[in-house]
Amino acid sequence: MPSLAGLFFWMNIKLENIKKLEVAKPLKLDCGKTIKDFPLAYETYGKLNNNKDNAILVFHALTGDQFVTGTNPITNKEGWWVTAVGPGKAIDTNKYFVICANVIGGCMGSLGPRNINPDTKEPYGLDFPVITIKDMVRAQETLLEQLGIKKLLCATGGSMGGMQLLQFCATFPNKTFSAIPIACSSSHSAQNIALNELARQAIMADPVWDNGKYVLKDLQPKNGLAVARMVGHISYLSEKGMQEKFGRKLQEKADYEFSFNADFQVESYLRHQGYAFVERFDANSVLYITRAMDYFDLSKQFKGGLVEAFKNQKTKFLIISFSSDWLYTTKDNKDIVIALNASGADVSYSEIVTDKGHDSFLLNETQFLKTLKSFIDSMYEKFKNEKRI
Amino acid sequence: MKNLKMKKEFKVIADLLPNNIRVLDVGCGDGSLMSLLREEKNVEVRGLELSQENVQECIHKGLPVIQGNAETELHQFPNKSFDYVVLSQTLQAFYEPEKVLRNLLRIGKSVVISIPNFGYWKVRTKLLFFGKMPVTKTLPNTWYNTPNLHMCTIKDLFNFCDEKKFNIKKVVGVNEDKTSIIKKSNLEIKNLFSKVGIFLIS
Repeated sequence: MPSLAGLFFWMNIKLENIKKLEVAKPLKLDCGKTIKDFPLAYETYGKLNNNKDNAILVFHALTGDQFVTGTNPITNKEGWWVTAVGPGKAIDTNKYFVICANVIGGCMGSLGPRNINPDTKEPYGLDFPVITIKDMVRAQETLLEQLGIKKLLCATGGSMGGMQLLQFCATFPNKTFSAIPIACSSSHSAQNIALNELARQAIMADPVWDNGKYVLKDLQPKNGLAVARMVGHISYLSEKGMQEKFGRKLQEKADYEFSFNADFQVESYLRHQGYAFVERFDANSVLYITRAMDYFDLSKQFKGGLVEAFKNQKTKFLIISFSSDWLYTTKDNKDIVIALNASGADVSYSEIVTDKGHDSFLLNETQFLKTLKSFIDSMYEKFKNEKRI
Repeated sequence: MKNLKMKKEFKVIADLLPNNIRVLDVGCGDGSLMSLLREEKNVEVRGLELSQENVQECIHKGLPVIQGNAETELHQFPNKSFDYVVLSQTLQAFYEPEKVLRNLLRIGKSVVISIPNFGYWKVRTKLLFFGKMPVTKTLPNTWYNTPNLHMCTIKDLFNFCDEKKFNIKKVVGVNEDKTSIIKKSNLEIKNLFSKVGIFLIS
């Protein structure tokens, strides 16, 4: 196994070879600071047709990236949404042009805390400005301009991707013909913030973190970051799903070891997930992105509340929630539906019954994928007709 | 066969509605009525439906639909947000039909309700001569598995609207392919010979 320093060096070389847009236009962030001349890494799948009416924008979640499907060239693992996106899949790349950008604050090529701060010529670390969901979305809008897409056929995303999508629709009304926010919320609840705080505290408690200065030493606070990832993983599964998957099963042993090794399968699973994560994700990025999620409160931005945020929407919405998701519950999702209804928007809603928890949107959930496909395909027909008229 | 008859009822409902309006179909099923209204009346439709399978069917047809329970989730629709609210053959299945009805009248400027008529002569004779709860084409379930908690007749609903001061604009009785206007003067006879009653109230 290569050393972490070596690993990041190798990753940085690979990151040189991915698609990037250099955004020259200054972007004034919510925190008051301005960024300019910054990289926005992205990937596209399928072909944009001549009418430019088959573009679908995907927003990724907290630990996602722009490599939606196929093989991620940096990690050599499958893309995070390979279940839904690809040739012949629900979001069919034979038919649609799929775009996804790495969020700013991330670590897959877009401007983030590991980038070099032009003022100090050293990696930003905690000097990186605190960003918001709105900042992420505004940065990505420049990409559409660059690709020459005036109006998207559809925009979608789960979890934090769904939050970005709600923000996108509120900030750039009618920039997309249809929108599918999945398993998300219009604002972070106390419990959501608490779980993110747990993740951040785990990172900060790792002495290697050193106030975010580990980047200067080409290190990674892997113990803290692994714990942060474990917290996340627990919240992505439902109690029933976890019980069915692991129960009290022991990890390759007949009886307890009377030690603190991973006796239980669930412990082994969490440790594996945690330590696999540190090889592909930056600890400071977790701090910045979770903070952006915590600050997200769409109704606060619009003094009249959530209804005001969706005023004059022509976009056709489909909200999808999962029955066993306790991170962004059916109620959280229904509140969005209620607000859209109250604002007179065209909205559909479906709750998928499953035991798989928040993670469901990433899995091979037949009903979910069928709903996704039906909606997008019917929207494409409508969008084409509308354009013809 | 069932589909054809359903279509007759939907045809009557469609005829009651003006063109180019906003309609909420409560308990919209697989979206057949919404499709009809959209095609023939250029109506902007929205459905509310409990079953995931039906919701999926509507989405497949490109019809906007919200998965939810009409008994508990009508509060999400603002006052007078629709021109018409349609409730087809489900009033009798609610725990609190009056509460639901008041909600529908709050959401829509007008409301169209259809009910399977428990006063239809075949239903009456089944109970009278066989002493068993009636099972007919419009009432296909047996007593132990029926979703219908509050069966009523056309006359019952007529009187109920009167009593609650709901303004009855029009009542249509449907029997197979025949339809007829029901008024106070012919209520007794139409209550006997209509399989389905369709009420337009506001």
